[in-house]
Amino acid sequence: MKCLVAILTFISAALISSSIIAAEMKLAVTTSFNNSGLSDVLLPEIKNDLDLEVQLLVVGTGQALKLGQAGDVDAILVHSKKAEEEFVSQGYSTHRREIMYNDFVIVGPSDDPAKISGSSTVVEALGKIAAKPSLFASRGDDSGTHRKELSLWKDAGKDPDEFSSSWYRAAGAGMGATLNTASGMNAYIMSDRASWLKFGNKGGLKLLFSGDPVLFNQYAFLPISPEKHPHVKIELAMKLEAWLITEKAQKIIGRYSINGETLFTPNANAKVN
Amino acid sequence: MNDIVEGMLSAFRLIFSLDADLFEIILLSLQVTLTAVIIASVIGMPMGAWLAVNRFRFRRLTIAVLNALMGLPPVVVGLIVYIMLSRSGPFGVLNLLFTPTAMIIAQVIIITPLIASISHQAIRDLWADYHDLLISLNTTKRQRIFTLVKDARRSLLTASLAGFGRAIGEVGAIMIVGGNIDHLTRVLTTAIALETGKGEFAFALALGFILIALAIIVNLAIHSISKTERASNW
Amino acid sequence: MVSKILPLQIKNASVKKRGKKIIGPIDLGISDAGFTIIMGPNGSGKTTLMRLIHGLENPREGTSTWNSDLKTAQLSQSFVFQTPIMLRRTALENITYPLILQGIDKNTAANVAHKWISKINLEASSNLNARYLSGGEKQKLSLARALATNPQLLLLDEPTANLDGSATKEIEKLLQDAHEAGTRIIMTTHDIGQGKRLAEDIIFLYRGNIHELGMAKSFFQKPVTREAQAFLRGDILE
Repeated sequence: MKCLVAILTFISAALISSSIIAAEMKLAVTTSFNNSGLSDVLLPEIKNDLDLEVQLLVVGTGQALKLGQAGDVDAILVHSKKAEEEFVSQGYSTHRREIMYNDFVIVGPSDDPAKISGSSTVVEALGKIAAKPSLFASRGDDSGTHRKELSLWKDAGKDPDEFSSSWYRAAGAGMGATLNTASGMNAYIMSDRASWLKFGNKGGLKLLFSGDPVLFNQYAFLPISPEKHPHVKIELAMKLEAWLITEKAQKIIGRYSINGETLFTPNANAKVN
Repeated sequence: MNDIVEGMLSAFRLIFSLDADLFEIILLSLQVTLTAVIIASVIGMPMGAWLAVNRFRFRRLTIAVLNALMGLPPVVVGLIVYIMLSRSGPFGVLNLLFTPTAMIIAQVIIITPLIASISHQAIRDLWADYHDLLISLNTTKRQRIFTLVKDARRSLLTASLAGFGRAIGEVGAIMIVGGNIDHLTRVLTTAIALETGKGEFAFALALGFILIALAIIVNLAIHSISKTERASNW
Repeated sequence: MVSKILPLQIKNASVKKRGKKIIGPIDLGISDAGFTIIMGPNGSGKTTLMRLIHGLENPREGTSTWNSDLKTAQLSQSFVFQTPIMLRRTALENITYPLILQGIDKNTAANVAHKWISKINLEASSNLNARYLSGGEKQKLSLARALATNPQLLLLDEPTANLDGSATKEIEKLLQDAHEAGTRIIMTTHDIGQGKRLAEDIIFLYRGNIHELGMAKSFFQKPVTREAQAFLRGDILE
């Protein structure tokens, strides 16, 4: 019994002590952003410059938008322009601020059975995969990346709803888990460049197609509107937004690289929409 | 196969590097789970004893429901607790979402039926054994429950440890209500899920081995404490 | 001084289980002194009658009236079961448990328990968990636990049925001591020899009814009913 009391005291003491932190805010970000490792560089700088502890919730774009709608985070950093604009028009956010972009790439088996490398556009590359057809792993989780992939199939004149599951496999999972799936099946997959570069289980997969401007992936910062949720820390969110568009922050973003490859192109400007 | 060997090696490296972040994660895992186990035991054990000793109309139904709840899907519990604690939910003002407290709440809901059900079985068996004697000695209902809980303590410890085992390895619920926030709500299981997502299998496995080792250590520690408690125990 | 719980009057009492009558209707008076043994073939209802007296069974019909109020009666009698029910505690704690339940302070209870432990020669095992005791030791311990509360009435249901000769002897010695100290004893047995050794009077039960009731001596020498005669001869009774 004495032992139980000691354990309880230890637990409650530890729980209380861990809740004493200075200024803190919650930011929902997408898996692709977090997987890139950029946050590991940015967060210490933010802490240093603003004395602000940014707590990241790493989720898909769909869940990030939900968390924002419910007022469970103070701001979101996502990449799905249409959904973001809807989010703003519904009043959940005051505005969206573009910060940077990265790009998507098509990864596949190194022997490239559908011969997509050398395609001039991503639409052409996807058309070849569907024509063969070759195994393709899709996120299937309503994330920003998934939505982008669906719009590209549409551009190629195809409807993924009609694809046979014999080759088109919707994983219903995050980027990393879907990459693991693709690696296991030796399938084609569309990934953001950062997640692919950082991915540790590449197996027989190889980057086969990139560079089409259509694949650019714009990230935007959206503070949650205090009109919908009076408790959100709008001031801290605005402080963070102001910092993200400073020259210093933009430089850090632009210089960040993995294996010598830069991942993000900063493109913040005064424009707010 | 290589990943497993590499995972074991890096588990050792990690532990001996005394990495502060790692210990933070381990400590939080223990805090959250042990707190949840203690709360769930305080609720579940008397509930199990009460069910064993009392006869009432919906007793069988209650026990059947309790047994079914042992298999509660953690993700569903996580989602329900999330909706309850969300700023837009009924308990939003408490501001508990994405805190260790929220994780404890989810785990208590997951393991209380398990602890209550195992306690009920253990106490039911002991009650069958003690029934005539305790009736003959003219005990009150309270005295019966107290005696049964005291004398079934070894089996009840097993119930708690089963709860601990389920809670320490749980990821679905605490991922949703805790958010896996670095330095705040990241525990071993959510860290493993994160590293797996990154394809860092060796690191994920290393954390997995640490989790298994932790579970074994806690079990051994609790067994040895309970043995020294009394010279001749059951 | 606690009021006397005996005599007990049982009137027109019967016990049914799942619609089947086990014993009764029974009319029986239990006087405040003596050593009564209930005999009868298997299934004659001996255990049920004991449990009825003790209050472990409620009569479906009829009444059971103590000389004292019910609460006093319940607290002033002990029951020893055929298979000893041991608490999962030490031998010593098995004896202190009912004492502490009755509100006796821990030190006094421990003193009483030590006295009984030495009386039943279990000093060496007093701190051992009761489950490690032999069958005979367990039954001695149950008897000590039953006597430690100083009951006015001691009920025993086949206490030596599972024991060997020497353990049986020890139990019988303890029972005779208790009897001499003034404890009213009622016990069942199927062992005719034991009945002859211990009983002052006999209740002979057959098919749930009392067939004979009287002094032990006359029962063993001149049983009246055919069933009792057959039972004492060792014949099979249907």
